[in-house]
Amino acid sequence: MKPLLSLAAASAWNRRGTLSLVALSIALSTLLLLAFDRVRIDVRDNFSQAVSGTDLVVGARTGSVQLMLYAVFHLGGATNNVRMESIEAIAKHRAVDWVVPLSLGDSHRGFPVLGTTKAFFERFRYGDRQALRLEQGSPFSGDLDGLYGTVLGAEVAQRLRYKLGDPIVLSHGSGTLPGSEHADKPFTVVGILAPTGTPVDRTVHISLPALEAIHLDWSAGTPMKGLAIPAEQARKFDLAPKQVTAALVGLKGRAAVFAVQRFVNEYEGEPLMAVLPGVALDELWNVVGVGEKLLLGLSALVALVSLAGLVATVLAGLNERRRELAVLRAVGAGPRDVLVLLASEGLLVTLAGMLLGVLACAALIAGAGPWVQSHYGVALNLGEPSASQGLLLAGVLAAGVLASLIPGLRAYRMSLSDGLSPRS
Amino acid sequence: MIELHDLRYAWPRAGRDCLAIDALQVSAGETLFLHGPSGCGKSTLLSLLAGVLVPRAGTVSLAGRSWSSMSGAARDAFRADHVGYLFQQFNLLPWLNVTDNVLLGCRFSASRAARATQRSGSPAAQARSLLERVGLDSSLFHRDARELSVGQQQRVAAARALIGAPEVVIADEPTSALDAVLRDGFMDVLLGECRAAGSTLVFVSHDERLARRFDRAASLPELNQALREAAA
Repeated sequence: MKPLLSLAAASAWNRRGTLSLVALSIALSTLLLLAFDRVRIDVRDNFSQAVSGTDLVVGARTGSVQLMLYAVFHLGGATNNVRMESIEAIAKHRAVDWVVPLSLGDSHRGFPVLGTTKAFFERFRYGDRQALRLEQGSPFSGDLDGLYGTVLGAEVAQRLRYKLGDPIVLSHGSGTLPGSEHADKPFTVVGILAPTGTPVDRTVHISLPALEAIHLDWSAGTPMKGLAIPAEQARKFDLAPKQVTAALVGLKGRAAVFAVQRFVNEYEGEPLMAVLPGVALDELWNVVGVGEKLLLGLSALVALVSLAGLVATVLAGLNERRRELAVLRAVGAGPRDVLVLLASEGLLVTLAGMLLGVLACAALIAGAGPWVQSHYGVALNLGEPSASQGLLLAGVLAAGVLASLIPGLRAYRMSLSDGLSPRS
Repeated sequence: MIELHDLRYAWPRAGRDCLAIDALQVSAGETLFLHGPSGCGKSTLLSLLAGVLVPRAGTVSLAGRSWSSMSGAARDAFRADHVGYLFQQFNLLPWLNVTDNVLLGCRFSASRAARATQRSGSPAAQARSLLERVGLDSSLFHRDARELSVGQQQRVAAARALIGAPEVVIADEPTSALDAVLRDGFMDVLLGECRAAGSTLVFVSHDERLARRFDRAASLPELNQALREAAA
């Protein structure tokens, strides 16, 4: 077997120009499959890590997936707000332990601004029920003295190079329209959170009264003409929030979860809904799963196309190589040796392509990982290959072996029919 | 060394035999010239002698064993051990260097590798000494085969057929691509080395002028009754 393999390697090296193109296309499809799988797994991990320890997420009636998307991931927008009285009513339910109201809509240089209460920093849990930890400073005080204090997520502070005491200006909405800045009421950084790998890292946290304060002189998304309330004077107004976007709810015991959910869903004051985060995340994955399967299918198709290219290339060269096969037969190579020779050539090319693809995937994740994390908030893991990646690689290899057998079998038949006199 | 009895061969799906030879013997160490124009079945006969094809009827035996009695894999191994084969041209793997092409003769046969080692110390050493004796400049030994001229390639092919001293060397018009001067030099080398190694040589050519250099000459059209039957 060994002499045959070295012959196969020499023969492949002889046609390295064409074959390296084929190997390159196999490398690209391997890269595509692996990178896609990595992103899929890491996105799923990131998503499922985003919230834990919260029994219910409450918001205005909408789809449960939408509610999760904007309440937890700050993606998209709420269709309706929730009145503060409703939140208070839920908080009074005897099975409810705590409620953390969330108010969204503003932003700071592309990062979402979350208005909430001090309880957020005590109650919020992510990953494996881990609590938030402040790396520097303290949570905003929540009272009037510390009205314009803000706590930054780790990534916000790192990307914008903020430190404690820095002033920052929030923008109304997504901040894309000119003149939509709350420039008259700058905030001061009072705390910076430790990294969590969740949307919290990319969020600017302020208190609910502060959110009221910056919108005192605003109406329907624009500053009111002729009305400007200076930052200091705002403290004299009633800053109690009238409505919020959503709320996280913790229960005294898990057993009551459906009772409270029903209580919220049937609340008479306004149409509300409560979702179980785990259930909603599963639902979200079902939605994403369709696209996921489609993408995986397309990647597999690309891999098939490059293997078809391999078969075509080796087959196309076969006719010119009938003389070589006759020479091999004359020195005692059997038709089976000829099959092994051709098949191992294809296999070598497949292996080289796969190796290149694995390396390229690792290089890509190492190189583009930080960029992906900062732009999309997904931490890509440059770790051991996952089980599904192993399966994908095995699949490509198996397909490569099968593809290599095609020219191998053809050469086998040729060398049987040709004998020592190729009819070319 | 070679014996044919009542040989009949027809190509698959062909209606009638293309080769019919009642008897032919070549003794050990003998050099036989087979004269034959193209189309008289000489390539078929050589494939039968080398055990790549087996006859429909009758026997072809080499070194005392009938090819028909062996399985396909056994024939391949037996051919590797006992037969050196020379083609008209395109004898070499263009992507291997000259020395490795000569060593191909030992690659599929442990016994030929052992014989080469016994005579010269190692197969590579015998490859070198054979290449020197067929008159190839040592600067070419590690060049790729495709860089050589046709005359040089045929000499490398002769070295490959002779490495490990196989009992039988079969040559299929190896001089037809060479001019007169190269041809004479090549014949000297081939016949000289076969005699030195004690190998039996079966040499086919349409060039009758070469016949006088052999121990014996025969005409394939006369041997092959299938041709006469077809003409009749």
